[in-house]
Amino acid sequence: MIDGTILYLDGVTVSFDGFKALNSLSLVLEPGELRAVIGPNGAGKTTMMDVITGKTRPDAGDVFFRGDHDLTRLDEAAIANLGIGRKFQRPTVFEHLSVRENLELSLAGSRSTWHALFSRQQAAQREAIGATLQRIGLGERAAQPAGALSHGQKQWLEIGMLLIHDRTLLLLDEPVAGMTDRETEETAALILDLARDRSIIVVEHDMAFVRSLGARVTVLHEGAVLAEGSIEHVQNHPRVIEVYLGR
Amino acid sequence: MRADRLTIATLACVLGGAALLAALNLLTPAGSAVHVPSFVISLVGKYLCYAILAVAIDLVWGYAGILTLGHAAFFALGGYAMGMYLMREIGARGVYANPVLPDFMVFIGWNKLPWYWYGFDHFWFALAMVALVPGVLAWVFGWFAFRSRVSGVYLSIITQALTYALMLAFFRNDMGFGGNNGMTDFKDIAGFPLNRETTSVGLMLITAAVLATAFVLARAAMRTRFGKVLVAIRDAEARTRFLGYRPEAYKLAVWVASAVIAGIGGALYVPQVGIINPSEFAPGNSIEAVIWVAVGGRATLAGAILGAVLVNLGKTWFTSALPELWLFAIGLLFILVTVFLPRGIIGLVAGRGAAALPEHEPAAANSAAREATG
Repeated sequence: MIDGTILYLDGVTVSFDGFKALNSLSLVLEPGELRAVIGPNGAGKTTMMDVITGKTRPDAGDVFFRGDHDLTRLDEAAIANLGIGRKFQRPTVFEHLSVRENLELSLAGSRSTWHALFSRQQAAQREAIGATLQRIGLGERAAQPAGALSHGQKQWLEIGMLLIHDRTLLLLDEPVAGMTDRETEETAALILDLARDRSIIVVEHDMAFVRSLGARVTVLHEGAVLAEGSIEHVQNHPRVIEVYLGR
Repeated sequence: MRADRLTIATLACVLGGAALLAALNLLTPAGSAVHVPSFVISLVGKYLCYAILAVAIDLVWGYAGILTLGHAAFFALGGYAMGMYLMREIGARGVYANPVLPDFMVFIGWNKLPWYWYGFDHFWFALAMVALVPGVLAWVFGWFAFRSRVSGVYLSIITQALTYALMLAFFRNDMGFGGNNGMTDFKDIAGFPLNRETTSVGLMLITAAVLATAFVLARAAMRTRFGKVLVAIRDAEARTRFLGYRPEAYKLAVWVASAVIAGIGGALYVPQVGIINPSEFAPGNSIEAVIWVAVGGRATLAGAILGAVLVNLGKTWFTSALPELWLFAIGLLFILVTVFLPRGIIGLVAGRGAAALPEHEPAAANSAAREATG
């Protein structure tokens, strides 16, 4: 069951002062899969991402990456270096570094202090930065501090920071929050493009956006999976209608 | 390394200024209008030592966002290491004429040199300890603090406690470091008599050279990816972890380097002021040093040097003209700078000539502004 999966969560439970943020959550992601995770506030979406990325340790349950990496035993940096990238709900870029420098720090490679002090940027890395700048449409703003970007541009820069590393699993927490309709459309196209050669989990509230991704949907409720399937399937699911859509 | 105007101007001021003062002291007759008296030379030497401490603080506070309120401890430890060498250099010329034991040990009735004084009769050994003692203490302190993810005001308080604890320890006579009198009455350093004018000029020039070296190396390091990661940690520490960086490793590296720089500053300070005692560990000293950096402008390094020299010029004037008002003056200065000049004096200059600065420079100053006012 675990072999051949990119991400495997089984019976994951996280309690905060008695409140169960995750209640025996199980979720399996196949390689190359694009999955949308939806659910009302407090359903455990962000806690799930925290567990996968090592920010929160689960009280119980298994979390495996690519079958053999036990993520409950690793810290954030080690998990990131395995190839799991995360985009936060609120765009978090390094505001006082330039757009280019933000991408530079995100390049794959050694994270040691020694390497950071003495390594010089390779031509291939410069090219990768240039290509990513083009892809996220920030080529002309490369030298500006990231703090000067608009909200949507910051979201894109953060996605660019994930894709320049060529990671195998991306966790995107509300990637289109605060974006205009046009930006949302462009982002959907970018995510679909990215999904061709990696696995992605998207947490999102925007149902139209989820529909445009055409992805398999997992509905979370009170820290557990309520329903899973195509968007049509979950939208017609009686329990989902009851607790999530409130009808 | 690309040299920008601010770097060149800073180096020109430090090295050129020191060379000019040295020439005016040695080459002009005592009665001449342009003669620089010797007390000015040692005063400037002292300011330059403070500037070295300020560069050390700017590395950890300006770039990595670690507000240290105990950096004078590393400065004083470097000073004590140098002081121990200078005490051993006195030899039989002390009041009690004991060839091995320093006067204060004879005075409290010791008849054997404690083991931790071994080796300090060698200049090279003392120089190694000047770097090693602050470095190792910083490594142990930082390893525990950063690994436990202690940060912000909690870390600041612990650094204050560190320097306060060291002060109390060094006040004790049975520690073997001269108690509250500390160490003084030094005779010579590496064979050069300390009471000779050329020795003071030489020490001041060496201090200027060390300051310039520390400045250039620090500036070069802050332009590498290492320096950018530090700024990233300062601005969004959690985010750097999800990119695969371990902030504790980066903080520890810059923290230890900073402590070593501070220790070297302290070691140059002691022969120039002629005394080292536990008051150098006083918590107020560390806070004052942070104010120098804030006044000059954080995360610029040049600002740290400028702030250290200017504030201490002011202190020298104040403590002779209006000694009881100095603490009020520096407190007021800190408030005024925080409110009206959040980017420090360098921020004023950079505001006009921003194009001359490298691209991340105004941004770094902005962050200081935001944190100071926010």
